[in-house]
Amino acid sequence: MSMDYFQYLRKERMPHIWCPGCGHGTIMKSILRALDKLKWAKDDVVVVSGIGCSSRTPGYLDFNTLHTTHGRALAFAQGVKVANPKLKVIVISGDGDAMAIGGNHFIHACRRNLDITLIVFNNNIYGMTGGQASPTTFTGSKGTTAPYGAIEQPFDVCNMAQASGATFVARALDIDAVAMDRVILSALQNTGFSVVDAWSQCTTYFGRQNKWGDASEMMDRYKGMTYNVRLAEKMSPEEKAGKYPVGLLFQTSRPEWCEEYGKLIERVSK
Amino acid sequence: MSTEATEKKAPVIKFLAGNEACMEGALAAGCRFFAGYPISPSSEIAEKMSGRLPKLGGKFIQMEDEIASMGAIIGASLAGAKTMTATSGPGFSLMQENIGYAMMAEVPCVVINVMRGGPSTGNPTGPSQSDVMQCRWGTHGDHPAIVLSPNSIREAFDTTVQCFNFAEQFRTCVVLAMDEIVAHMREKIVIPAKEDIKIVNRKKPSLKPGDPYKPYEADASLIPPMMNFGEGFRYHVTGLDHDATGFPSGAPDNQEILHRRLVDKVERHKEELFLFENHRTEDAEVLVVAYGSTSRSAKRAVEEARAQGINAGLFRPITLFPIPEKQIAQAASHAKKVVVPEMNLGQYRLEVERILGPAVPVVGVHRVNGEPIAPSLILSAIVGG
Repeated sequence: MSMDYFQYLRKERMPHIWCPGCGHGTIMKSILRALDKLKWAKDDVVVVSGIGCSSRTPGYLDFNTLHTTHGRALAFAQGVKVANPKLKVIVISGDGDAMAIGGNHFIHACRRNLDITLIVFNNNIYGMTGGQASPTTFTGSKGTTAPYGAIEQPFDVCNMAQASGATFVARALDIDAVAMDRVILSALQNTGFSVVDAWSQCTTYFGRQNKWGDASEMMDRYKGMTYNVRLAEKMSPEEKAGKYPVGLLFQTSRPEWCEEYGKLIERVSK
Repeated sequence: MSTEATEKKAPVIKFLAGNEACMEGALAAGCRFFAGYPISPSSEIAEKMSGRLPKLGGKFIQMEDEIASMGAIIGASLAGAKTMTATSGPGFSLMQENIGYAMMAEVPCVVINVMRGGPSTGNPTGPSQSDVMQCRWGTHGDHPAIVLSPNSIREAFDTTVQCFNFAEQFRTCVVLAMDEIVAHMREKIVIPAKEDIKIVNRKKPSLKPGDPYKPYEADASLIPPMMNFGEGFRYHVTGLDHDATGFPSGAPDNQEILHRRLVDKVERHKEELFLFENHRTEDAEVLVVAYGSTSRSAKRAVEEARAQGINAGLFRPITLFPIPEKQIAQAASHAKKVVVPEMNLGQYRLEVERILGPAVPVVGVHRVNGEPIAPSLILSAIVGG
């Protein structure tokens, strides 16, 4: 862990906007450790985001960075990738950005299977706009637009991704940075559309409204809500009930969009 | 595919619809990326693009909606491609947020809006010119607008090429407002030889590897030169207010400079953007101002009025925005009356009234019934008191 993060950061953009206790910085560093292992040329990496706290990440990173409109990061990112498949495209999005306003783009990006990695910084709340309920707010949890507790069922990012056709699906918690490093690295190595549901705590809005305590208490609580998928077989249905599996949940091999289109070009331009 | 018109060294004669001519123009201009979503009456553009682009090594992608189509063409343009999408009223409304993004982040791209009746689902297969003001003011905030409107098949080709040239030159989103009649009617078209088509490409900064690059630092032209992603100059693009470095800046001075420059970069060069036609306006006592397919009816009405001894003339803006104000005023310099026929309830007429002031009466001929405006209706307005 002794790598020099600043080789990938825009020092002059510091300090970042994230609150004390926020998990977003932990996920960002995990992405940087994965990129450091891959040794991709910085000029070839494009990091795309939408709108929200998580979507400010690209501004801090020393790559080609694109901060787009709310929910539309995947649409822009697919344009970048299709136009120049040599570019390595990473999308950073939040739970509101990816699953609500960008939900349609999310499922279709999974279906198309371009070689793009989406990392959802999932803190179960709209942080930047002041703590409103999001599509991953747990039933019963409070947001400023759910003052009596959410009555709706949340999306499971990973189930959505797998059902929609993503070829790599994983979940990681910021409390376990080593496991997060592992899945983010594998996601980036997968040739196809990869989704990582990366959990992060919003102490300022989610934590305070729900009286979930400080960052470490929230991280412990998230840990309690999840189980390691590798232990799933040894667990009883009762032990798993209502909990989210963590780790690599699904991986498959399926033709990648740009490769298929490349073949199409070859076929029709003869 | 050496038989394709866009690759030909000599002119090619074809019999095309406006939507097809539009596609030929885009390919001739160097468009190699198209993202779209089906919608009448523009779908033929996407269909033809899906067949032609891969033959030229270009890319076509069908997106899940118009919002995504617009996002994809912006992303692809940043990666270096000349890009376009095509749509109609409802889809054009969905694109507005990202059109504003392209203007704010100064990403060249082209949107073809084949105008059908609105608002809402309206008349999906009928002609209309009711998106004229949406083309100008559709997205929120002050912003520049370059909007062209053709009235023939050859002009659909030429104006599409122009849209790309203007988009590349001015680093902005340019709109082609083509009404459904022009989109679907067929005419003979002579597609010019490749070397006779003027092509403009985005200006690149002269930088050596390692040089600092400020993506939004403009010279006196107010148009910053542009590097593409992947060319070795990493930079940040955002729809937030930003300074010359591209990074967000909420400083009042920076915001003022940015917003004024975005508008002024078009305003300052507007004479280069004006495309228009004067038909018998030198001595016109009754001036008709008309664009798109309506201008064809207007020209006929002008000829019939002349046959009756009325000195009528037609001014036809091809560039709807920025508005060729001086040119309209010049054409109206002898006019005792001005007639503005439009397939809407008077969107461009308001602009003509503003330009000419209260001294000249401006009469609107407006139809929103999904039918073209017949020459006789315009003639009545020319002749009538």
